[in-house]
Amino acid sequence: MSDNKNGKRICATTGLPICLDAEFFVKCNAVLAVVFLLIGGIGALLLALTRWQTVHLLPVDWFYRILTLHGLNMLIFWILFFEVAILYFVATSLLNVKLASVKTAWVSLIMMFVGAVMVDVTILVGQADVMMTSYLPLLAHPAFYLGIILVAVGTLIGVILYFATLHKAKKEKTYQGSVPLVVFGATAAAIIAVVTLLHGAIVMIPTFLHSMGWIAQPDPLWYRMTWWGLGHMSQQVNVCAMVSVWYLLGALTTGAKPLNETVCRGAFLLYIFFINLASAHHLLVDPAISAGWKIWNTSYAMYLAVLASMIHGFTVPASVEVAMRQQGYVKGLFGWLTAAPWKNPGFSAFFLSLVIFGFGGGITGVTLGTQQINIIAHNTLRIPGHFHVTVVGGTTLAFMGLAFYVVPLLFQREYIFKPLARLQPYLFGIGITVMAMGMSFAGSMGVSRRSWDIEAAGSIYGPAAHLFLAAVGIGGVLAFLGLLLFILLTVGTLLFGRSIVGKPMESWGTPKPLAVGEPEHTPIGLPTGAGSPALAMAEAHPTQGTMVLALVFLLSFAVYYFANWKALADAWPVR
Amino acid sequence: MVMSLMMPYWHFKGKQNSSGEAYSVKPADFIKRTEKFILANTGTESLLEEGLSPVVAAPPGEIYLVAKQFLWFPTLKLRAGETYRLHVSAADFQHGFSLQPMNMNFQVVPGYDHVLTIKPQAPGTYPIVCNEFCGIGHQNMIGKLIVE
Repeated sequence: MSDNKNGKRICATTGLPICLDAEFFVKCNAVLAVVFLLIGGIGALLLALTRWQTVHLLPVDWFYRILTLHGLNMLIFWILFFEVAILYFVATSLLNVKLASVKTAWVSLIMMFVGAVMVDVTILVGQADVMMTSYLPLLAHPAFYLGIILVAVGTLIGVILYFATLHKAKKEKTYQGSVPLVVFGATAAAIIAVVTLLHGAIVMIPTFLHSMGWIAQPDPLWYRMTWWGLGHMSQQVNVCAMVSVWYLLGALTTGAKPLNETVCRGAFLLYIFFINLASAHHLLVDPAISAGWKIWNTSYAMYLAVLASMIHGFTVPASVEVAMRQQGYVKGLFGWLTAAPWKNPGFSAFFLSLVIFGFGGGITGVTLGTQQINIIAHNTLRIPGHFHVTVVGGTTLAFMGLAFYVVPLLFQREYIFKPLARLQPYLFGIGITVMAMGMSFAGSMGVSRRSWDIEAAGSIYGPAAHLFLAAVGIGGVLAFLGLLLFILLTVGTLLFGRSIVGKPMESWGTPKPLAVGEPEHTPIGLPTGAGSPALAMAEAHPTQGTMVLALVFLLSFAVYYFANWKALADAWPVR
Repeated sequence: MVMSLMMPYWHFKGKQNSSGEAYSVKPADFIKRTEKFILANTGTESLLEEGLSPVVAAPPGEIYLVAKQFLWFPTLKLRAGETYRLHVSAADFQHGFSLQPMNMNFQVVPGYDHVLTIKPQAPGTYPIVCNEFCGIGHQNMIGKLIVE
């Protein structure tokens, strides 16, 4: 830290300017995000230990109550609070500008916080046993809907502030050329967030008015369609934010640069255009929606969004491979991968997130989203099996990896118990993978999601289903321990971490270049010129390793996809 | 490419599709239709509000099923290899129709008469599990479909 006369300090590690106002709100949003993560995490532990039929911990009403609490705290509060923190951070630091309005940031923060507390309290006093989706005609206390509206509008204000800050940066010409890729990705996320939150307002405001008894009940199917405009699109905000974090962490930990910036930016655009349509896959076995509409939305439109994920899923590891090879790790197909900084929690979290999201989430997601295959998947545990690998194994793990960098940089303290921090991504990643696989396979055997007891009317599912439910319990406990470790380390660091004010943070460990000559390390995410030097680099250092990984991915996908068509063909004919 | 073609292909050639055929209906009217259907096929009157699920053997054609907290009404008895048009709707909240162990799942929404044209394959007693949360007690909502 040097000079805060202009309301900025210069980060001693990255050389990035940090707006002190923005820093305050980044800290507030991030700390609250972690609080909601903890609430959701405790819920997760209790739920996993209940669905493990042998343990069956919670009583019935508390199971459904905690399930509602867990969904909202994890999927909405933790993610939204953290995303607002990311938006403020990338806009002010990477574009070297001050936050456009401090008052607006306060309004956003207070609305989001009050809304979230209202929702949690309403659930815990038993006035909103309606699940996160709160499908009409199920009805909760008005405070529940009002709380969600406050969070949504508060977030919307935060996002608008982000756009205002971008505008300010452009007007003050604080950067040259086009915005850096990470900012571009974050902006894509912000644009999707606006559309998402508008859907939220469209669906929640009439529902709130109905819960007050002021208007008639909205149509349940209209509710489902509009709610999923919020529900699935909000996950695309996560995907965009997560992919941006991948690029950032890849760069921070191995010096990777995007192979072709234009392609990456194009892929973000595909998200914006097509992902809204993909939310149709929640309605594939609903009445009164035509097959033509379902197929259009889930094939051509969705595949374009999936294509975007596959582009990122390829370019991110390929850029790491190129960077590693350039530093001299050229042995064999995977020499670059084995030599990667696996002890650096930023890297391990990022790479595990990539693998878990791609293999687990990608393969199951595309399969479940197939119109007819959905018949043998809808509302079974296969669905949470899918979104736990995407949102938890993917997004949450990537955000944790980011925290290992952002916490020391912003709070200017070194992480405590570093060896434990190095283990944390593995514990969490493995736990969540075991749990989600248990869910997926139990769901393939027909086990329903959102059910307190699958044996209420005698045995329906075989012993194998119980084995997989036990995996859900064990994986859930491991993942919770990983989560708890993350929170303890982070909170412990804020309280007791060694102060590094004015000093650069200690490196978590990056690969040492083997070749002669220092590789070029531009400050990460800072505006750079065209992507052409990176392209030339890619030609000189090919990416066979990533190609092989991509082939393995496509093969696994094909096996899973056609196995599902076979399973479907064995069911009764139905139209 | 393969994936893009697979869905339209199965739509025309495959035997398992969700065409989403449905008609708008008031829940009270749908309950009346179901009660009439039971009376016509069993000769005895059964009402949904009695909370029981009488066994109804129906000839191939139109058959009715109501989902209500926490009951499937009535218990249908079908013949293997015959084709039925199963009308399923909800009396109160949203429910999920999940036929086990085939693991065939459809959404049941109040106000919508969802028509599934099905052809049971083998005799047996198949559980119908509710797989959309419909209130505390949801886990007890398990009905039966009998196939002879």
